[in-house]
Amino acid sequence: MADSSHPIELTVNGEPAEGVVLGRQLLVHFIRDTLGLRGTHIGCDSGNCGACTVIVDGRAIKSCMQLAVQADGSDLRTVESLSAPGEELDELQGAFTKHHALQCGYCTPGMLMSATALLDDADALTLDEIRRGLKGNICRCTGYVNIVHAVEDVAERRGKRSA
Amino acid sequence: MSIPTPTPTRTDERITTWTPPAPNAPSVGQSIPRKEDRRLLQGQGLFTDDLWMHRMGHVHFVRSPHAHARIVDVDVSRAEAQPGVYATLTGEEARGLTDRYPQIAPEPGGSMKDWCLAVGKARFAGEPVAAVLAETRELARDAAALVEVEYEVLPVTLDGVATTRPDAPLVHEEVGSNVGWKGVYEFGDVDWALEHADHVVRIPHLHFHRFSSTPLECNAAVVNWEQGTDTIHILSNNQMPQFAAMYLAPALGVRTDQLQFRSQDIGGAFGLKLTSYTNITAVALLSRKANRPAKWTEYRSEHLVGSCHGNERTFEGIEVPVMADGQILGFSATAYDDVGAFMRYEPLGGVIFSQVLPGCYRFQHLRVDYRTVITNKTPVGPNRGYSRLQHLWMVERIVDVVASQLGLDPVAVRKRNYISADQFPYETPNGCLYDSGDYHGALDRVLELVDYDGWRARQAALRASGSGRRIGIGIGSTLDSGTSNFGQARLINRELQYSGNGEAAICKLDLGGEISVALGTVPQGQGHETTTAQVVGDTLGVSPDEVRVLAGADSARNAYVAFSGTYASQFAVTGIGAALGAARALREEILMVAASVLEAEPEELTLVGATVSVEGDEDRAMTFAQIANLVYANNGAMPPELADAVTLNRRFVYRPPFGVPDWRTKSGHLTLTYASQFHACVVEIEEETGQTTVLDYAIVDECGTPINPQIVEGQVHGAAAHGVAAALQETLEYDEDGQLLNGTFWDYHVVSAPDTPLFKTDNLPRPSPFTPTGSKGMGEGGGGPLHAVCSAIQDAVGPGVVVTDSHNPTERVWELVNEPSVGAREGAEVISR
Ligand code: FES
Ligand code: FES
Repeated sequence: MADSSHPIELTVNGEPAEGVVLGRQLLVHFIRDTLGLRGTHIGCDSGNCGACTVIVDGRAIKSCMQLAVQADGSDLRTVESLSAPGEELDELQGAFTKHHALQCGYCTPGMLMSATALLDDADALTLDEIRRGLKGNICRCTGYVNIVHAVEDVAERRGKRSA
Repeated sequence: MSIPTPTPTRTDERITTWTPPAPNAPSVGQSIPRKEDRRLLQGQGLFTDDLWMHRMGHVHFVRSPHAHARIVDVDVSRAEAQPGVYATLTGEEARGLTDRYPQIAPEPGGSMKDWCLAVGKARFAGEPVAAVLAETRELARDAAALVEVEYEVLPVTLDGVATTRPDAPLVHEEVGSNVGWKGVYEFGDVDWALEHADHVVRIPHLHFHRFSSTPLECNAAVVNWEQGTDTIHILSNNQMPQFAAMYLAPALGVRTDQLQFRSQDIGGAFGLKLTSYTNITAVALLSRKANRPAKWTEYRSEHLVGSCHGNERTFEGIEVPVMADGQILGFSATAYDDVGAFMRYEPLGGVIFSQVLPGCYRFQHLRVDYRTVITNKTPVGPNRGYSRLQHLWMVERIVDVVASQLGLDPVAVRKRNYISADQFPYETPNGCLYDSGDYHGALDRVLELVDYDGWRARQAALRASGSGRRIGIGIGSTLDSGTSNFGQARLINRELQYSGNGEAAICKLDLGGEISVALGTVPQGQGHETTTAQVVGDTLGVSPDEVRVLAGADSARNAYVAFSGTYASQFAVTGIGAALGAARALREEILMVAASVLEAEPEELTLVGATVSVEGDEDRAMTFAQIANLVYANNGAMPPELADAVTLNRRFVYRPPFGVPDWRTKSGHLTLTYASQFHACVVEIEEETGQTTVLDYAIVDECGTPINPQIVEGQVHGAAAHGVAAALQETLEYDEDGQLLNGTFWDYHVVSAPDTPLFKTDNLPRPSPFTPTGSKGMGEGGGGPLHAVCSAIQDAVGPGVVVTDSHNPTERVWELVNEPSVGAREGAEVISR
């Protein structure tokens, strides 16, 4: 069966973008292969690992669980939006390096996007809410302890940490 | 599986160093931020799947749906007819194009035939049978679905013990049985000890389960067999390329120098990315056949079923001689190590466990009758803690079972039997030399960290309250032996010409006076760029920021030896040893040039801030840039003897002081360093459901002199998370037909943030007398949580009951609590004199 193709237009990290995608193309493949934004990773084929997490219209989603065509008209943010090469790291990225919240770095972009959405959405976060808020993102290297501390640190700095 | 939601305990013991070191202060010992972080945080890392090449095709493997089946016919014609398909490859074709891979085992196990694709029959569900190269990953997958394979299903063998019986179906006919290797390790006089001990504790059966640390990035490779130059370019995430070369070159019939390996960032490996050479072979053949670059990126479901798992081990007939005062004289056991359908890295597990034969203890009488056994399951790879963790788990089970069966205090039994701090370096009965440690001190510290006495009081109160909940406190003492002597392979196969170990590094002052170091190591998140820069920066008087570290494989840099790679807890010794040696050699050259120009003696010179100056006369100085300019671009102005003597480009190979172990006695110096970890774990069990929750968890690790304490702590956390996960929720199990039941992350329950305890940690350095910086390798961690969690569950359930499995999900814990006669049916018995 021939693949269908569909033109889409969307905003990617604040800039307008367009492309023609195959009907069965996953959003994560569009981001990586077509847009060339390789910071968004793939760690599974079942929607469990969160390595592909991006923010679409303000919500953290797993980009391997959506078709590219579904992103038509949306506002997409990937890890590359947090800070550009040569620029200073953003607050959360800085907390990740300070707390050694990454080792191999494969989960990191997805983890940063989930945590960004978590921190933006919440008014106040307990330690348990931070841990549960990251449940959709697997990290196999760090044991999560330092990731939780990094997010906690930013929550504290933003006055969003609750006991 | 239960998702523990403990009230997490915070600790003030966490390492939170973030003060940048004062100028010129040594950076070794400081938790400086990692050099790797910036690119990884900004999504600018280079992982294998990130590489795209012009004309590149994508590979998809056709895999056997059967665990054991004769391959009657493979028909690729429909796949080949698809538009966009560049090439296909079948097992028969691979057999014609390649030689079978060499085997480590002697005969008869060594006659096992292993190719990159199944030939004649499929031996595990998920084994690659054919492969397709096509224009896109989707087309390759579609075409692979059109490959028609006719199978004749054969009976399967799946149980690690039953597979050794004569009536078990044969996995490899040419081996003649399903035992790939066997050997007896015997030291002291176990029979005498069993006869003369006050008690003999018998444990009929212990089972260490199959799991995998599943790196988040699956296997991947981009191979470009460039036919004009006959060079095979391999960008991959293989973690030990020179080991892979040992298999690839003879299989492909090429020179090793035709294999050009490269890797940059690797998304975790944990030992499971050592044996990907099988897939790389197929990708290379497809690249040559289609004359274009070929990319293969494994799907997670393929990774779980088709790459490799950790070793499953069954221990039978354990007998432990114990004296009335709690002194354990040793043990005797039979081990069946189930390695699945192919041996590949095996049977090395059959010697590697013996690096830690007596565990942390002064046991003198030891016997292990070890078999490497073959089944119709996914092959194994050396998963983090490899072979030692299975063995150490048994040793810790023995100690806890002895304590509970004889009514002794588990802390007291450990202290009665630990090697004491004043005995280091300590020689074990099998000739291994434990370099340093303080096991008693570390145990005390971890019990203090976890508040052992407090939890014991709470445990008693809870028991009295009849609340339907039970608390248990467990201990795990474990070792992470690092820097292997490859001569131990001769204890498996005395014909093998391997011994020693080593690593290479090249340290260079570049044209503009910049310092770079090329490493032979292939890191996967361990921070080699940072720790190397710390050591080299200190040696050359510059800040770590000024040192560019080229980590990851790159054959073209020539910074490798046969042992190069990142595995087996050795970077802090071999990698750092090589970088330090190369930096010192470069420093000598820098001093030679400066001494000549500044007309001073090398001893009068100091290196600070990329400048060499005469001590006490700072105006007489030369920058690194001036030195580089002189040597590289102005050598006519140099005295000829000096110009001939310096290159500013120094390669150094670090070699640990090893000899050849004795295959006759199965003894010798098998590893250089012994990092230790002490775990204390508190669990709570809900009696009605068996739900097990970790309430508190503390770890004290000892790994010599830490180069970067925060990186060390990160490794401790990571290894601990793997262990807790394996003990409570991660398992790879098969149904009776040999189908893997946990083939995706839906069924394989990887731990997430809320399931992982917020570990409290401390580090007690006892510098190694044997290593360049006093540091020890420590990344594998020794599986401490498997010991500690089992210990805690047994403690919670109560007297008499024995935890016999390393994996204890809710249902097994429920059984231990509610039907102990069933759960403990294979428990233990005591024979007292
Ligand atoms: S890649 Fe694993 S959830 Fe998307
Ligand atoms: S840092 Fe490796 S998976 Fe998270």
